[in-house]
Parts: sequence; C-alpha cells; structure tokens
Amino acid sequence: MSHHIVEVKELKFSYPDGTPALNGVNFRITHGESVALVGANGAGKSTLLLHLNGYLTPQAGSVRIGDMPITKSTLKHIRQIVGMVFQDPDDQLFLPRVYEDVAFGPMNLGLPPDEVDQRVMSALALVGAVHLKDRPPYRLSGGEKRAVSIATVLSMSPSILVMDEPTSNLDPKSRRQLIHLLSEFDHTKIIATHDMDMVLDLCSRAIVLRDGEVVADGAARDILDNRDLLDASGLEKPLRLQGCPICGNSGKNQQL
Amino acid sequence: MGSIDSSFFDIGHLDALSSKQTPMHRVDPRAKVLTTICFIVVVISFNKYDPAGLAPMVIYPMAIMTIGNIPFSFIMKKLLIASPFVLSVAVFNPILDRSPAMDLGLFSVSGGFVSFVSIMAKYVLTVSAGLALIACTGFDSICSAAAEMGVPRVFTIQLLFLYRYIFVLGEEAVRMTRARALRSFGDKGLGMGVYGSMIGQLLLRTMDRAQRIHLAMLCRGFDGEIHHSRSSKIRLSDVLFFAGWSGLFVMLRLYNFPAWLGKELGRLI
Repeated sequence: MSHHIVEVKELKFSYPDGTPALNGVNFRITHGESVALVGANGAGKSTLLLHLNGYLTPQAGSVRIGDMPITKSTLKHIRQIVGMVFQDPDDQLFLPRVYEDVAFGPMNLGLPPDEVDQRVMSALALVGAVHLKDRPPYRLSGGEKRAVSIATVLSMSPSILVMDEPTSNLDPKSRRQLIHLLSEFDHTKIIATHDMDMVLDLCSRAIVLRDGEVVADGAARDILDNRDLLDASGLEKPLRLQGCPICGNSGKNQQL
Repeated sequence: MGSIDSSFFDIGHLDALSSKQTPMHRVDPRAKVLTTICFIVVVISFNKYDPAGLAPMVIYPMAIMTIGNIPFSFIMKKLLIASPFVLSVAVFNPILDRSPAMDLGLFSVSGGFVSFVSIMAKYVLTVSAGLALIACTGFDSICSAAAEMGVPRVFTIQLLFLYRYIFVLGEEAVRMTRARALRSFGDKGLGMGVYGSMIGQLLLRTMDRAQRIHLAMLCRGFDGEIHHSRSSKIRLSDVLFFAGWSGLFVMLRLYNFPAWLGKELGRLI
C-alpha cells in the first residue's frame, strides 16, 4: 500500500454563488513525483488544492490519496499524509511561539512529548530555523515565516507536500534558498505556482489548468517550451528560456 | 497616520518586554496572575472616601516594574491613553457629592472630590498592575496560566487568537487608512461615509482570514483543543511570592498604615 499516490477523477466543483471552478479534472500523481500546477489567475488551482486534503468535497468525481478515498472517516488520516503549505504564512502560523506552532500538528496527532520535541527540532533543523524557535511568528521576516510554515507541516511527517505559491513575496535570495530546500525533499510534491523558473528547477512534470480543466499534462520541459500553449493559458515561458535583452539571443539555444 | 502606526507598534513593545530575563519574569505565570487578581480585588475593596489608605498599595506595581526592569514611562503612557474614559466616569463626583468630607484648616474638601481622587487612584493602581503583569509575563503565558487554572479553553483560545491576530488586523487597517490618506490629499477624502465601508471591508477580510486560519488548523489535525506543551511545576518560591504579596495586601487593607504612620510621627514630634 502506498500513501504517495494522488488520483483525481472527473472532479467538478462550483462555488455556492454559481461560479464554476473545476469542470472535470483528471490526473494521477505517483510516488516521488514533483508536479507543478500552473495556470492563470482564476484557473482553478487553489480550488483544486483545497480538494486534495478534503477541505472541499467533490460535487462530482473523486479524489483518492493513496488507497483511500477522501471521506469523513479518512479525513484525519489524509490530513496527516497530505501536508499543506499556505500562500500566506500568517494564516498558517497562529500560535504565539514558533516552537508551539511547529508542535501543533504532532500534538494533535497525540504523540508523546518526547517524540513531539524530537519532531519539532528536526523539522526546524531541516528548514534551518532552529534559532527562531522561541520567537513570535509575527516578528519574523517573510523568508523566515515561509521556512517556519514549511516546518509546521514537515513535523507531521507527511508523504505528500502540497504548496500554494511557495515563492511568492520572497526576495531573490530567500527564493533561491527555498528552491534549494525543496529540491532536497523526497516527498511527492504538488506545487501551484506562477513562478515558471521555479518549475524549471524543481518539477519534472507540469499540469496546465485553464478554466477549470486540464489542458496539458506532461514533462515540464516540453510544456515550458510550448509558447502557444502557455500563451493561451495566460502564462509565459520561464525568463531563462526567453531572449536575452542585452545580447539579443532568442533563447532558442538555451539548454534545458 | 503616525498615531495609528505608533500605537499599534507599542503592543509589540509590550510583548518584547516580556522576553526579558529578570527574577520577576521567572516567577510562575500562575502565581503572578493570582497575585495580581488578589491585588486588584483588595484595591477595589477600599472605601471610596479613603484615598490615603490606597497609597501604600503602590508598592506592588512599583516592585514589578523595578524588579522586572520595565520602564515606568511606558506604563504611564499607556495609562494616559485610557484615562479619558475613567475621567469621564469620575468627573461628576465632585459636582454631585458636595458634602464636606475633610477639613484642611482653611479649605474643606467635598466628599465628591475625595471619591474622585480615590477612583483615579484605583484606576492607576489596577491598570498599571495589569499592564506590568503582561509586560513581565507575556500574554500567551498568561493565557496558558489561566487555562491551567481551569478557565474554560474557549476563553483562553479566543484571547490567544485575539492577541495573535491583532497585529495582522492592525497592519491591514493601517494599510487601508494609508491608502485612503494617500488619495485624499489632506482633505477629508469622501468624508465619514468612506470609513463605514472601510470598516465593512475590514470585517469581510477578517472573516476570510478566519476561514483560512481555520483551514490551516484543520489541516494539522485541530480538534477543538490547543494542547499546550509547557506545564511547569509550581515551585516553593512561587507559592511564597503569592502568599507574601497577598498577605501584605490584606494587612494594608485591614490596618490603615498611613493613619498609623501619621499618628506615630505625631507622637514622636
């Protein structure tokens, strides 16, 4: 039995006011894959992410994590398997001290205090934030907040990491550090993003969403090089694959 | 906008003070909370025509601030901010209650004025003790102390969240007022009406955020209870702290220390 498979079949969802968000989404992500979920604003990325840990229930179709469908009785288990990192760290860090926040998940799992402590410290060590453990979260910089919010999820030892715009609002250096950090994880990763250069660095596969449907699903390098597809989906090629404004190189010969 | 910005960041200052390391900070939060409650009850119980009896009580907030290394000026500023509310309650006493209560030779002081002084003194004492308690304990420790002493979780969690998100909400409000100010060119903008919709906006944004936070909590297995990791043992020194101070408060309440001092001094002279 593998916990690492995410399978979405004919998933449909519209919001209570009638706005359709997803019109039959299909994909299957297997163990260890690193998948980018790209698409214009309003394409349905966030709505899709909210289905992956059972916050929203499919109106039609199904979502399966590992061998389990998402239902009320499997919810607790699924939320431990699928770790979700939110776009705004302020939503994720709600306790007065970093340590308590990272310990929140493990404590809810009912682990003994020693185990909690060990998990908290190793999660903080993994993201390089041990020195922040006694600080209040609202006093951290954007990059520190992001690192800590990833630690809050890692401390539950999830098999699948789901991230919404992990590089947004980060300065270039913090962004680079984050990408480096994520590249070291061997979790199955699903990353919703507009940062196409990060996709180039991190993801082997990309799923393109447009108006609530999957319009392309394949190797990231093929999709990132397909100008017509990207154009039609409100996206652009990664900057590194675009022409150089100084030397006039068209970017065609760029090595992927 | 300076005023909103600065008063907002002052809350952060209160929080920063609580991370100092002094003997006062090391006392168990439960002991400090109980002592302060005891202090407040005793202060309130003083007769309103006896402001002099209150004077020695000042020793407790003074001691916390001195030993806890908390700047007086900071607490005083906070007291000033809230004082108009208390003033508006107390200000009618001298007008309504004109019966002479004290004779100071040439003047006689009315009962209303005496009770006015006593209300203000009670305000200064209780609020400064409360602020000093937060400054040397930290709001989160006070909440968990309250929870450990049996205050229902619903209240302590609410307080904890209130304190955590007042910063975020404050920032949001500051951003909105700034955006309004920058486009109103020193005039009144669109007048008061625009504040109505701004407050509405803020409420909607708050509700949105609350939903996202709840989602974040659910994702990490939240089941209605926040489990606190810290559960320290009460030490003998904490018990002595509580017993010593509350004993002193009761003594000061039962025996009119200033009157006794006056009498003794009078006899010496």
